[in-house]
Amino acid sequence: MEIICIVCPNGCRLEVSGEGENLQITGNLCPKGVDFAKAELTAPMRSLTTTVATVFPAFPRLPVKTRGEIPKGKMLELMTKIRTIVVDNPKKVGDIILPDVFGTEIVATAELAI
Amino acid sequence: MTDKQIDFTQSVSADGAVKLNSFTAEKSYDILVLGGGPAGLAAAVSAHESGAAVLLIERERKLGGILKQCVHDGFGLLRFKERLTGPEYAQREIERFIATEIPYVLESFVVDISHNADGNYTVCTQSAAGMKSYSCKAIILACGCRERTSRQVFIHGQRPAGIFSAGTAQYFVNIQGTMPTKRCVILGSGDIGLIMARRLTLEGASVAGVYEIKDMPAGLSRNISQCLNDFGVPLHLSTTVTEVFGTERVEAVAVEKVDERMNPIPGTREVIECDALILSVGLLPEIELANVLKIPIDPATKGPLVDQSLMTQAAGVFACGNVLHVNDLADWVSVSGETAGHGAAAYCRTPRAFSQSAVRLEYSKGDFLYALPQYLDPAASEPLTLFFRSRADVKGKTITLSLGGEKAAFSKKYRRLIPSEMEAVPVKALSFGDRAQYSIEMR
Repeated sequence: MEIICIVCPNGCRLEVSGEGENLQITGNLCPKGVDFAKAELTAPMRSLTTTVATVFPAFPRLPVKTRGEIPKGKMLELMTKIRTIVVDNPKKVGDIILPDVFGTEIVATAELAI
Repeated sequence: MTDKQIDFTQSVSADGAVKLNSFTAEKSYDILVLGGGPAGLAAAVSAHESGAAVLLIERERKLGGILKQCVHDGFGLLRFKERLTGPEYAQREIERFIATEIPYVLESFVVDISHNADGNYTVCTQSAAGMKSYSCKAIILACGCRERTSRQVFIHGQRPAGIFSAGTAQYFVNIQGTMPTKRCVILGSGDIGLIMARRLTLEGASVAGVYEIKDMPAGLSRNISQCLNDFGVPLHLSTTVTEVFGTERVEAVAVEKVDERMNPIPGTREVIECDALILSVGLLPEIELANVLKIPIDPATKGPLVDQSLMTQAAGVFACGNVLHVNDLADWVSVSGETAGHGAAAYCRTPRAFSQSAVRLEYSKGDFLYALPQYLDPAASEPLTLFFRSRADVKGKTITLSLGGEKAAFSKKYRRLIPSEMEAVPVKALSFGDRAQYSIEMR
């Protein structure tokens, strides 16, 4: 089975064979590829990047991301939560926008200066 | 952001006439950097650190260039050893730039550049405050690239509303917060199209599919995986949009499979209902200003021909980032900005013309889509970093760079080379040896 590693732009084509103890992963340029393939086979995780609404007409959307990763299958569910947020005060990069979501938090990725 | 912005004074004369020679005399600078994206920011900082007096000119209201709307991550792995989003990458570069206190102007559009008899340049800008002109010894073109538009793609049918470039759709969604579509078809598999397939899906739109006329995707493989496969968006290779339906608004498009000569195959036509057609059919260096100065362009990169300091064939005019060639990573854009910044500062100390003895890069057009810098000039100040793209998807090939008599200034066996992924080759020592030779080979 081939899995494309998405950790970095190298996009290594990982060849996965065997199961459990005999799991073999080749084609990775770095050790992160092995971890990625293992996670992909058991509990795939993704970081989510999107934007949230603001009350400021000159800056209607604030870019945000999950600080860590969330389960791949939870992205759309998290989007419905994020869609309810409206930011009404200035933010710096890294400020928490939504705490405690699937073991991580949503943080600002741009400065919102008024 | 602390504002070091220069205030404009009205420069239109009392009778309302705009005269280029009647402007308030502007301070003259060593270097004008045109563009405040990652290339321009890095170029300005490097030129400033090399001792040059720099002014940066940006046409938008904020610095950061296109990174402002690239809210996805994957930026900065080379430059910051971290996975950053576009706005985060931009913010770091902006903060470095602001800390240097280099002067800059926003919402100013360069309308003309002229080369004076004394060798200096005059750059003319337009803004809400009127026109202004600046004098400088050197110019760094850092104006990025633009998207190929629907006018550059041949599709039959009507031209209703609802045909967007992927970058325009990205601007609507990420900057304005409006949705340009409920159900769309994406033509072309460039990275922005793939990123927008995911972005629109996350925002609740339905993406019927990504259609690519070639038999391989144009974008990075990781984007096929994380933007299409993760969300079940199908990718159709060797298939293209051949007709658009709708009068006021796009109502449907027809797609057809194509043969190896890219001609539609009869009987494969399928009509897909949608309210938008999003084009991700490639990017082109923004060379309007290079054209004003009649700077020679490389038909392969579609950007100016340059030496290893990234000086174009117009003495004192440098190019970096996506003006030079369309990069796949912002990190390389910043690196080329630094090269141009150092190179332009060195030029200000010791002006030089594009040397007659500059050696032209030789490569096989069958093996490479392009390679640059196209010239190696013994008089240029900067060490060589060579960039290339393979023409085909090849495995186990060795790339050898030859300089003068030295056979292997660089030699490396690549596991795989594909056209969508750019390769960079840094070369430390630079000696021509006895023969003036500069070539790369793929074996």
